[in-house]
Amino acid sequence: MQKDKELIPHLFRTEYSKITAVLARLFGFEHIEIAEDIVSDAFMIAAETWGQKGLPDNPVAWLYTVSKNKAKDYLRRNQLFSEKIVSAIQNNTTGAYEIEIDLSGKNINDSQLQMMFAICHPVITVEAQVGLSLRILCGFGIEEIADAFLTNKETINKRLFRAKEKLRAAQVKIELPGEAGISNRLAAVLTTLYLLFNEGYYSLSQNISLRKDLCLEAMRLTYLLAENKLTKRPEVHALLALMCFHSSRFEARIGKGGESILYEEQDTSLWDKELILRGQHYLNLASTGNSISKYHLEAAIAYWHTIKTDSHEKWDNILQLYNQLLIIEYSPAAALNRTYAYAKTYGKPAAIIEAEKLNLAPNYLYHCLLGYLYTGVDNTTALNNFETALKQAKASADKTKIKEYIKQLS
Amino acid sequence: MNEFSLIFRSAQDPDVQFSPEQMQGVLKQWRDWIGGIAAQDRLANPGNRLGFEASVVRDNVVTDGPYAEIKEMITGFIIVKGDTIQCAIEMAKGCPVLKIGGSVEVRSIIPMSMEMN
Repeated sequence: MQKDKELIPHLFRTEYSKITAVLARLFGFEHIEIAEDIVSDAFMIAAETWGQKGLPDNPVAWLYTVSKNKAKDYLRRNQLFSEKIVSAIQNNTTGAYEIEIDLSGKNINDSQLQMMFAICHPVITVEAQVGLSLRILCGFGIEEIADAFLTNKETINKRLFRAKEKLRAAQVKIELPGEAGISNRLAAVLTTLYLLFNEGYYSLSQNISLRKDLCLEAMRLTYLLAENKLTKRPEVHALLALMCFHSSRFEARIGKGGESILYEEQDTSLWDKELILRGQHYLNLASTGNSISKYHLEAAIAYWHTIKTDSHEKWDNILQLYNQLLIIEYSPAAALNRTYAYAKTYGKPAAIIEAEKLNLAPNYLYHCLLGYLYTGVDNTTALNNFETALKQAKASADKTKIKEYIKQLS
Repeated sequence: MNEFSLIFRSAQDPDVQFSPEQMQGVLKQWRDWIGGIAAQDRLANPGNRLGFEASVVRDNVVTDGPYAEIKEMITGFIIVKGDTIQCAIEMAKGCPVLKIGGSVEVRSIIPMSMEMN
């Protein structure tokens, strides 16, 4: 029975977004709530019926059939609405309202892909794009989204409501932009998927299975892009490679108590070799064309991190990649990581000169880096930096780690 | 934040061929230097490296080569961000061109809005 109880949330996660995408594409984005309501209804009926009569042989097919019937019912009961849709989508001459609802795998993929472009639209903020993607493309509950963003349900509800309003006002269509438009719009889609993945990978949320789900969903959606002939661009493969390499360390980087385990201290036997190989495969696919995106560089950096053994070659390559990444796009995290790679390549004293120029104080990670660089060179300065870092760090796992460094030094 | 152009000059002989390893070494020095500026969020534009194919047009007369009398030629430029020219000069001091006897000219860039007025 326990299994049955888990089945509905599981199906909700995997099927809700698929059916919603197909129906919303049929109705148009302006009626997306109708699509969401119909699918939610179908799940309610499933919960009731399955609870009384037991599971059907094929729960997914059952859900699809009920959703289809619900949608058709809705169209029958709301003739004006269905006439509008019918004339808009197929110039139907028979006058019948019988609309075929196609829940085949291909149509589901196409609909989700188009939905991705509709949601990742520049009229709404990137944060809103990530939130809407989680809800509409990944089937996450409002509470889970709030948990991932470390905020409350009301805030998320408001944010999603406003985002939908804006998309409606902009008359956004659920469709792929033309071949020429894809390049521009694809960048926004990739940014959202990248943030979606990072939300799971770097989130401070204690809910580890939720974090893993976020990463998997980001990968699934990126995979959809990689499988479509219009969107399978080198940067899509590069992003997918990056995600594979990172997630290969998922098991190794979180300890039993939920604390994060530093790269240097990870048990490499927990690294997922299969994902590393897939990452290499996508990185190879990404190596066509002549433009290098930040995803290419980050994927290449992540590739070098899948080789645990330290070597001059490894760190020199990582340093060069961070140099290139920073030239394309500055970020404090890249600046800190570059300096770490600089120390590994040219030694701590040379890296201290680079680090002192960064101007990142106050930032606990910056002081941690300085603490690391000064350790063994000037332990008093190292200690001072770790103590500054301790005052600024917020997460308890980080504080514990910094205290350890301080203990080793004093 | 103001912008400054760092213009590199050095005496270059197009006939001197570097080995791939030497090229790699030179490239690495430049990348480390520009990467260091980018890491401070002070790179406004990575600029361009300039090639040897060149002509000078003056009074409708075209002369080959970028160098009229001097042997030193401009080899490239980048644009950096800084509060004062002193910041840009500090960055220029690490430029790899200095190691081969070249020079860096630091020039302020006139903001667009001032040009319009």
